Amino acid sequence: MLSSEASMQVPPLAYIHTRMNDEIIDGLRAFLRDEQILTADEDLDVYSFDGTAMLHQKPRCITLPETAAEVSRILALANAENVPVVTRGSGTGLAGGSVPVDGCIVLCLVRLDKIVELDAKNLVMVVEPGVLTGTIADTASAAGLFYPPDPGSIKISTIGGNVANNSGGLRGLKYGVTRDYIMALEVVLADGQVLHTGSKCVKDVAGFSLRDLFIGSEGCLGVITKVTLKLIPQPASKKTMLALFDSMTAAAATVSAIIESKIIPCTLEFLDRVTVECVEGYAQIGLPTDCEALLLMEVDGHAAEVDEQAEQILALAKEGGAREVRLAESADEALRLASARRTAFSALARLAPTVVLEDITVPRSELARMVALIEDVGRRHGVKVGTFGHMGDGNLHPTFLCDERDEEEMHRVEAALQEVFDGAIELGGTITGEHGVGLAKKPFLPAQLGEVGIAMLRRLKDSFDPQGILNPGKVFD
Amino acid sequence: MSDSELNLLRDLDYSVVQQCMHCGMCLPTCPTYATTLLERSSPRGRIAMMRAIADGRRELSRSFAEEMYFCLGCLACQTACPAGVNYSELFENARAEVERQGLLDTPKRKRIRRWTLRWLFVERTRLHLLGRLLRLYQRSGLERLVRASGLLRLLPASLRELEPLTPRISRRFTAPLHARSVDPPSPRYRVALLSGCVQDIAFADTNADTIYALRQNGCAVRLPDDQACCGSLHAHNGDGEMARDLARRNIDAFAPDTVDAIIVNAGGCGSHMKHYDHLLADDPKYAERAKTWSEKVKDIHEFLAEIDFRAPRAGCGVDQVTYHESCHLKHGQQVSEAPRQILRAIPDLDLVELVEADWCCGSAGIYNITQPETSMRLLDRKMGHVRNTGVRVVATGNPGCVIQLQHGGQREEMDVDVVHPISLLAAAYRGEGEKS
Ligand SMILES: Cc1cc2nc3c(=O)[nH]c(=O)nc-3n(C[C@H](O)[C@H](O)[C@H](O)COP(=O)(O)OP(=O)(O)OC[C@H]3O[C@@H](n4cnc5c(N)ncnc54)[C@H](O)[C@@H]3O)c2cc1C
Ligand code: SF4
Ligand code: SF4
Repeated sequence: MLSSEASMQVPPLAYIHTRMNDEIIDGLRAFLRDEQILTADEDLDVYSFDGTAMLHQKPRCITLPETAAEVSRILALANAENVPVVTRGSGTGLAGGSVPVDGCIVLCLVRLDKIVELDAKNLVMVVEPGVLTGTIADTASAAGLFYPPDPGSIKISTIGGNVANNSGGLRGLKYGVTRDYIMALEVVLADGQVLHTGSKCVKDVAGFSLRDLFIGSEGCLGVITKVTLKLIPQPASKKTMLALFDSMTAAAATVSAIIESKIIPCTLEFLDRVTVECVEGYAQIGLPTDCEALLLMEVDGHAAEVDEQAEQILALAKEGGAREVRLAESADEALRLASARRTAFSALARLAPTVVLEDITVPRSELARMVALIEDVGRRHGVKVGTFGHMGDGNLHPTFLCDERDEEEMHRVEAALQEVFDGAIELGGTITGEHGVGLAKKPFLPAQLGEVGIAMLRRLKDSFDPQGILNPGKVFD
Repeated sequence: MSDSELNLLRDLDYSVVQQCMHCGMCLPTCPTYATTLLERSSPRGRIAMMRAIADGRRELSRSFAEEMYFCLGCLACQTACPAGVNYSELFENARAEVERQGLLDTPKRKRIRRWTLRWLFVERTRLHLLGRLLRLYQRSGLERLVRASGLLRLLPASLRELEPLTPRISRRFTAPLHARSVDPPSPRYRVALLSGCVQDIAFADTNADTIYALRQNGCAVRLPDDQACCGSLHAHNGDGEMARDLARRNIDAFAPDTVDAIIVNAGGCGSHMKHYDHLLADDPKYAERAKTWSEKVKDIHEFLAEIDFRAPRAGCGVDQVTYHESCHLKHGQQVSEAPRQILRAIPDLDLVELVEADWCCGSAGIYNITQPETSMRLLDRKMGHVRNTGVRVVATGNPGCVIQLQHGGQREEMDVDVVHPISLLAAAYRGEGEKS
């Protein structure tokens, strides 16, 4: 019985792997073209990082399979030789999930980029994992359908990466996250076997839902080679609004008020002054740079309902102390605003060479407190912070602006981070809402999950990948 | 400093290399990444390679050099980058270092480079000479003879493909055309025009149209006699020294403090000329004047939009047009709306938007010569989109793009005319006389 913590102690998974060597590379050459295997110094350099600050490690080689069958053969070989494999999509992850481990094979899936099927009868699309999220959204839209998850990186992230990280986006509040649109997966297991899990059926309870285990598994349990996505009808109408505030807490309180009044906008995004300045510096679309907080809000649905909700929201923002509220005049303007918002993270890099981005999420009633806590921590440690995020989801991205070459400053950043994580957990929140754990959040996971949580993760990992060749050392040890 | 210590990438201000935070937002806009799906052919990958060199972790290699010449220098990545990475500076320094170390040198390549960068594209008299020779070849019937004789088959396939890319040489170069119209009696602005290299010998009419449109808008137009090539070809191909030399010559020839604006109608030239201040920042004698110069350089569309150009009262004889954005106009200068504004101002002319209008056509300076295969692939992609518009006239603001798109039309056996937007505007102004 798992009644006490003590009985659940599972020791860290200490794998002993073989380093990739020339013979194994020859083994790969038996079924891949030379051009699909990269070993040049320059290539090892450019695949040694993802979108995360400060993390890099060179792999031993990079493979570019073009079919699921090739993926299966690569894994079978790696498993037989006991060599670690790190799966990679576009490398935009923000937790170091696709940063290689020493001596590994990188399995880069961008060439598995076919849309297999758009089944409008069942509102379903079947795609390979390297298809870009934006391509999926555009293809659905061209057929009058809607694929809602839209991470800031939508134009370049792959669906495989989205599934592996269970990515969110700007529409999470009303439409949920990637998980809510996954009907079935094809997964190549560590030993090369192919697993099909889930179906096109709206209801399916045949066996445990293995499918759900792979969503958010960060490349540690299997390699996703096909994704069956759920699509929904396009909303008939939408409206986009801006509200400007002179204090961050007023903006946070307004978000809580909107949610409390039972309106579910599809988008409720927040940017602080530092972030707005950077975004405007890049996009130049006339955002005001003298307000403390900006809310970008969107409602969609039937025209009448949309009009009514937009009015209610604008009124609530005014009541909440907004200095100015504004309705986007055209679809073009709405698009410009959303696109500008998506650049927030990268735009912050205008201010400092190193941008350490966090991803904490708290219950939405605690937003004002969390925002105040971040401000306070930044001030006390003398670190510049820009905060933005999916406020409607309670998901904030405090971003620490620093220079990794300044050791003393990096210590202050570390101390500040620790306090932010502790604060989030104390408020009933989580250390990561959508970016995943990877390497960046690994040290902080035990504090949130506890002994039992970590022990179960270890057992799960062990049963899917006994030799631990898949993305070893990520998420937990 | 010993030669081994000298390295243009290591000497760069480190903050330029460090600015890239590897988010990948530029990847979907990069034509070479779209072609290979390899990180090394992406902006993020290229910058990472440069950083490894700047950090002293790697030496320049042949494979790095090749990658830098596979890059189009189209600067789409710079437009896409929210972090404000100055890719153009990184790119020019990287190519310059490749040339300094002679990594790609072969006797033939050296010969071609010397001939083009150090001889031909230096003095306009030399270009004029070549222009006259080509004109003779094209108009004497010799060209038809050579083409019919099958002599071209002796060339390797990649070069044979390029022969039709030689532009048709104009009957007259720019200078005599300057006198075709006259300055307004009491001008609002005094401007000077860069006649350009290719523009001058192959598209002199575009220059004449530019002069006409400027004069229609109250500008007195000067055409400095002793102007030189702008130097963009040199800067983009790793010859910084010659680029600086040409910049100095032009500053002398144009005397920037004597005019309100220096007008350029070639996107590639304008983009480079706006950076003379940067190029000559360390030159005590020229730094100040280079700053004035950079402030005054304007693309023709940009300038006309700024001075609230007069909308023509007549049409231009064309009823539908689509617009292809020259990379160095759009990404190098962020001039994107002004040309469209001009086209929309022409009565009875319908502007049909082109899909991927700001995607490189594969011309990219001399890319169609150095990387013919990729260049043609990009051209086919572009022509496919042009075909889908169903429009017969493509407007674009850079001579290199005009030549490339004309070639695309021939390749695909499509009936398309490629024109400079200003030529349509000038035609509309000219039509006013006929109408009244
Ligand atoms: C500017 C910017 C904005 C962003 N905005 C958001 C946002 O709004 N919301 C959000 O949630 N995230 C956001 N992200 C983070 C990131 O884009 C997402 O995590 C995305 O899903 C990663 O996709 P990718 O293709 O780049 O995957 P990668 O970074 O290459 O990989 C991510 C993880 O997935 C694993 N993986 C990839 N493909 C597979 C596969 N086929 N099978 C198994 N495992 C696989 C990798 O091993 C790794 O652990 C943003 C990133 C950037 C740079
Ligand atoms: S160049 Fe800019 S957009 Fe591209 S990866 Fe670097 S920071 Fe991101
Ligand atoms: S300049 Fe063009 S080809 Fe070169 S990296 Fe940038 S987008 Fe790619």
